[in-house]
Amino acid sequence: IATFLGRKLQPRPQNEVEETLKRIQGQKGVQGIIIVNAEGIPIKTTLDNSSTVQYAGLIHQLVMKARSTVRDIDPQNDLTFLRVRSKKNEIMIAPDKDYFLIVIQNPSD
Amino acid sequence: MSTFFSQTNMLLMSVWSCFFGQDEEDGTEMGEGDEWMQGKTLIKPLDQLDLTEAELKEEFTRILTANNPHAPQNIVRYSFKERSYKPISSVDQLAVHFVLEGNLLHQDSDEARRQRAKQGLPEGGEDAGDVEEGGGEERADSVESKVGKKEQKITNQFNFSERASQTLNNPLRERGCQTEPPPRANFSATANQWEIYDVYLEVLQKQEKNKEKAKAVPKKDDDKGRELKTFLLFPPQSDDITKVAKVAKIIERMVNQNTFDDIAQDFKYFEDASDEYREQEGTLLPLWKFQYDKAKRLSVTALCWNESYKDLFAVGLGSYDFTKQGRGMLVFYSLKNSTFPEYIYPTTSGILCLDIHKHLPYLVAVGFYDGCVAVYNLKEETLQPIYKSTAKSGKHTDPVWQVKWQKDDMDNNHNFFSVSSDGRVVSWTLVKNELVFTDIIKLSLAGAVSEGPEGVQLPIMGKTSCGTSFDFHKQIDYLFLVGTEEGKIHKCSKAYSSQFLETYNAHNMAVDAVKWNHFHTKVFISCSSDWTVKIWDHTIKTPMFTFDLNASVGDVAWSPYSSTVFAAVTTDGKVHTFDLSINKYEAICQQPVVAKKKTKLTHIEFNPVYPIIIVGDDRGYVTSLKLSPNLRKKPKEKKGQELPKGPEVEIAKMEKLLSLLREPENSNA
Repeated sequence: IATFLGRKLQPRPQNEVEETLKRIQGQKGVQGIIIVNAEGIPIKTTLDNSSTVQYAGLIHQLVMKARSTVRDIDPQNDLTFLRVRSKKNEIMIAPDKDYFLIVIQNPSD
Repeated sequence: MSTFFSQTNMLLMSVWSCFFGQDEEDGTEMGEGDEWMQGKTLIKPLDQLDLTEAELKEEFTRILTANNPHAPQNIVRYSFKERSYKPISSVDQLAVHFVLEGNLLHQDSDEARRQRAKQGLPEGGEDAGDVEEGGGEERADSVESKVGKKEQKITNQFNFSERASQTLNNPLRERGCQTEPPPRANFSATANQWEIYDVYLEVLQKQEKNKEKAKAVPKKDDDKGRELKTFLLFPPQSDDITKVAKVAKIIERMVNQNTFDDIAQDFKYFEDASDEYREQEGTLLPLWKFQYDKAKRLSVTALCWNESYKDLFAVGLGSYDFTKQGRGMLVFYSLKNSTFPEYIYPTTSGILCLDIHKHLPYLVAVGFYDGCVAVYNLKEETLQPIYKSTAKSGKHTDPVWQVKWQKDDMDNNHNFFSVSSDGRVVSWTLVKNELVFTDIIKLSLAGAVSEGPEGVQLPIMGKTSCGTSFDFHKQIDYLFLVGTEEGKIHKCSKAYSSQFLETYNAHNMAVDAVKWNHFHTKVFISCSSDWTVKIWDHTIKTPMFTFDLNASVGDVAWSPYSSTVFAAVTTDGKVHTFDLSINKYEAICQQPVVAKKKTKLTHIEFNPVYPIIIVGDDRGYVTSLKLSPNLRKKPKEKKGQELPKGPEVEIAKMEKLLSLLREPENSNA
């Protein structure tokens, strides 16, 4: 209790992201997380290098295409997330203006 | 022949004889001239025509003509008119023997004049010097025509001299320079509709920013104020990873959705089919369970759904135990992510109640165990409340049991009410930077009389009763109910600060919750630790319905979709759901919802939109449950009538029930 009271009230964003990512990684079935920047270069990953590069490159194109599709239909709309469900696992992609996050999960684990 | 010969000989002889003199006659002896004379004799060509003397005397005329003997005389041309070849009548007879191109011009011709003009010679021509006098006249003309021109030097073959020279040609040198090419980069983009839209949006935003900057300068003082509505800019983030916050959140929810896929599907689509076989009873299907590991030892003391974001709810954590008071927490969960709260606010004292503003979903009012009230702004980055009452500013001296937001007052300030065990109902107004409090009413023990030792009845003055819950009327703004620790419920008005409009002797123990019905304006419900739940009509002093639940009732709530459905939670871990239109005496669902039997359920809330309820217990867990169809029954439509909708139906339903109860009372009375 004493430590809790004495805890510094930090501004929220800094720790939160790291914690969120840790939680995601800890969820059951999650195989890996990749954070890719706008140019398609992975900046943070929990997978090995070759897989990361492969995922980043391929998914980058897919996201661009999907986003272009959504926005062409209605420019005020934007892509929120993309799920690619396959036999073995599911790839979830959440794009942002500058980054996008890829999570590979096997939901039936 | 001999005659001829002799004749001619004679002629000749006569000639010569006169020439040389006549030496002899018929000179057969001629000395030296004989041979010469013999040479002079004519020789007749052999093929010469022998002509007679007459023929010899014939005259032949010879004429000179201008006809060219070489010109053809028989040129024929095809005539299309007569469709035959016809000889040309006239033939060109000119024969050119010699051609020499000359370069003399007549002095008066155009070309000559032009040349003179070029050379600048005076008009009238230049002759040799001896024609000066004649030329003088002409020169006079030319002088008139050319005024101011230099007199040209006369060039003739004696005075004319030509000189030529050649300048030195400088050697050519090539020089060149080259600038550095501008830096180039490859750029490629597609001009899509949305790219164009984005650019327009950016420009618009820039314009707005500029406008704001222009306005912001004079408005610096007014920074705080109704600040709650203005946005605070995020501090510039140097760390790349913080920008991923939003997407990380989305991903977390997605992952959770996958993990708890079956629950999500149940929440959306599952309707208990077995309800058809159960006549009246319904069930509660457990959905997500929300827990936060740092809140394990705390109990859920307050629950509140957010009106604007229907999947967000607030949980207040603290402790009901008098001896175990410590810290508290304010935690917000979303149904989309059951593993981790959306917002966490640790507090120094346990929270006992909270309320989210109806229209401003980011304003949360919290009441603490230590008597303070605070207001949190979810939009802000800090974990501190934006307002907190202090000892100076009128905080309660006892735990605050209930807070509720009110409509904005006349100055458009937000305000909320709080009730506490110190017997005060206080109104707090958010004015600029502070909380201004106003005592609305003091709960006094009206008419409380105690027997003195001598049997004299002494009125107890100045003793306040402890308020434990309150609720404001949905339509009538000034009307509210306060439940007290003594078990009484007072009906009060905001206008009267010292008197109650009505008092109901509701329970034998403290009134834990009192709630107005969402539809029927006269009905309210109350629950207490004396194991009972009672339903009242506020015009009648006795309860309409009383239910005994065999355990201390922690909380009761009306359902937002029906005027006759309500649910109550008890300390034995059960949720009791009632539908008065189906069964007036018993619960249609009594279900334990917690695993361990010792956990006590403390609070219950219905979601305003979805058919789920959340139940908080004293171990810090919040369980969400889905109501089965039987619990959500709407009044049956009669054949031929269209299905009535809207609150009027609900009111009518309730009214019908009440009228059934009232009649026997009226008949009794």
